[in-house]
Amino acid sequence: MSATLQNLVNQPYKHGFVTSIESDVAPKGLNADTIRMISSKKKEPEWLLEFRLKSYEAWLKMEEPAWPNVHYPKIDFQAISYYSAPKQKPKLKSMDEVDPELLRTFEKLGVPLHERMALAGVAVDVIFDSVSVATTYKDKLAEVGIIFCSMSEAVLDHPELVQKYLGTVIPPSDNFYAALNSAVFTDGSFCYIPKGVKCPMDLSTYFRINTEESGQFERTLIVAEEGASVSYLEGCTAPAFSSNQLHAAVVELVALDNADIKYSTVQNWYAGDENGIGGIYNFVTKRGLAKGVNSRISWTQVETGSAITWKYPSCVLLGDNSVGEFYSVAVTNHYQQADTGTKMIHIGKNTRSTIVSKGISAGHSNNSYRGLVKIAPSATGARNYSQCDSMLVGHQSGAHTFPYIQVANNNSQVEHEASTSKIGEDQLFYFAQRGIDAEAAVSMIINGFCKDVFQQLPMEFAVEATALLSFKLEGSVG
Amino acid sequence: MIYQDSRLLLEVRGLCATVNGTEILKGLDLTVRSGEVHAIMGPNGSGKSTFSKILAGHSAYEVTGGTVMFEGQNLFDLAPEERARAGVFLAFQYPIEIPGVGNSQFLRLTYNTVQTHRGKEELDPLEFDDFVREKMKLLEMSPDFLERSVNEGFSGGEKKRNEILQMAMLDPRLAILDETDSGLDIDALRIVANGVNQLANKDNAIVMVTHYQRLLNYIVPDYVHVMEAGRIIKTGGKELAFELETRGYDWVGVEHKAATRAAV
Repeated sequence: MSATLQNLVNQPYKHGFVTSIESDVAPKGLNADTIRMISSKKKEPEWLLEFRLKSYEAWLKMEEPAWPNVHYPKIDFQAISYYSAPKQKPKLKSMDEVDPELLRTFEKLGVPLHERMALAGVAVDVIFDSVSVATTYKDKLAEVGIIFCSMSEAVLDHPELVQKYLGTVIPPSDNFYAALNSAVFTDGSFCYIPKGVKCPMDLSTYFRINTEESGQFERTLIVAEEGASVSYLEGCTAPAFSSNQLHAAVVELVALDNADIKYSTVQNWYAGDENGIGGIYNFVTKRGLAKGVNSRISWTQVETGSAITWKYPSCVLLGDNSVGEFYSVAVTNHYQQADTGTKMIHIGKNTRSTIVSKGISAGHSNNSYRGLVKIAPSATGARNYSQCDSMLVGHQSGAHTFPYIQVANNNSQVEHEASTSKIGEDQLFYFAQRGIDAEAAVSMIINGFCKDVFQQLPMEFAVEATALLSFKLEGSVG
Repeated sequence: MIYQDSRLLLEVRGLCATVNGTEILKGLDLTVRSGEVHAIMGPNGSGKSTFSKILAGHSAYEVTGGTVMFEGQNLFDLAPEERARAGVFLAFQYPIEIPGVGNSQFLRLTYNTVQTHRGKEELDPLEFDDFVREKMKLLEMSPDFLERSVNEGFSGGEKKRNEILQMAMLDPRLAILDETDSGLDIDALRIVANGVNQLANKDNAIVMVTHYQRLLNYIVPDYVHVMEAGRIIKTGGKELAFELETRGYDWVGVEHKAATRAAV
């Protein structure tokens, strides 16, 4: 039975192919000139170059964080290329002008770019290495005043909006990787939902790393004006290289009065092989500012990929009665390491937050939940509910929970529940005795374990996540 | 019940098995024909539960000798799930809890998996719901069973009923009831036994592994076997169980040793 389980977990990564396409790759290394080069390639305004250079100055003085429960050799930041873009015509009039090789790549990944074939009801911005190559349904969204485009376009076409919000939720000095991203970010998605508009379709960004020696530093900014609402999805894959690639993204969300942002991620970066060789270092800063009264920010993540994940999608609950939510499934196998969780910072009155975290560790992997619930003196009547469950698969994996709770007033309520369980030989035998093989049994146990999170995902994503998990854990119990 | 035209279901010959290197079964013989109800009794540690787990294919036990044929097929050629699909059912002494997995979902997957392998139609969730609710009446189970996680937080009696419910659904050829009476109060025992009795027919067979005679008042066996030190040392009719109840197990062992010595 152990062998069956082992096989199940050890299924190969499907998205590990490399697209052969001519790319414009910057020489390795980082200095002020690299940043000027990126900025000039993107024809950026002066204020943005200044933002980048200031961030770079800050970064130089910062230390890589040592507190996460992950271990890896020191990264040589001079050995990375900070810009890589497929060579193509500078300005695309329509999808038909996109390099067919790129179209094929994304079709293979299940993200068709032609609108006539596109995922029904989902607008997609597609990022390939450092640049956005296509955005679907842009015109249709513009009819209701929604701006959905790549960050590079937003900088040129809507500089006032970008300048107003960029770096306001995550200042460049926030942390080492946020500072690095602020200095060298290349592209990402920008999304603006005007007052009172409910976005008629899900918006999504698909990130693909293709070049071996480049890092991906994307920057996403979503602003929902008063009474606006949007559901945003993010997917990621990368080829299987034997070296590690750095992915250091920054995502900022701003919700004004009565606005609602729901951000869902299925992260399936290449995780390295069964011996822990290769894979993405996923060092990401994501934070939402629930700025207005009654605003709501909800993060849902399914983290299955990356050699190392270091990620804490957080909510700053500034507006009175605002709501923050974090629903997470993190799965690690082989030698993967994940240190992930959230921060809920309660500042406004009667703010509420919910944390549901499910960690699954298989193989020799290590999975940590790290979460902060902070209730400021001003946050009277605040409430938090946290639930952190870990599941161990096999005998050599580790699960850890690091909850931090800081309450600075006396009429708030904080609840924390935690559990650890194990898929045991006895459970599998029970299923087998009822005719169910190990594969179906593991899938049913895992889906049962994750159901509180999966039901938060949009339909197509939930189906994908379920399949991805069964696929990833097939054969890992023993 | 013993039928004239019964078929051979299970034939165990000289079965030997170990767990972690310790020999538990030492040459066990047993023949079960369709329609029959067998009781295997014996003191703690005699190997009764080990025998039932080996038939179901638990990986902790290593078969070191002997053969087991099930409906003419070598049982050890089949993986545990294949045995279940072929009609071997084990009602667990300690049913396993599976948090997070809904009982109705689990029951439906089980039912449909087994049906598919028997070349029969699967039931969709609505059809299954009607089907399972009907079966639940047999065991006087309340419908909220379906909403709960598999065996999680179930009382001892509820767990055992859930086992017999699965037996009722899966319609096995050979049902092995491992200490099904343990942990049951008298009402629950009556309900569970009544369920089992309704399921027994001339095409299937039941092997009850039990410590006490109590269960046999409700499910009347055709044969009673006494197990000691990994072997069946005495076989009789239902009256043997009464004798065991009054006299205990020791005399059977003494008698057996005497008989063995005489044979030598």
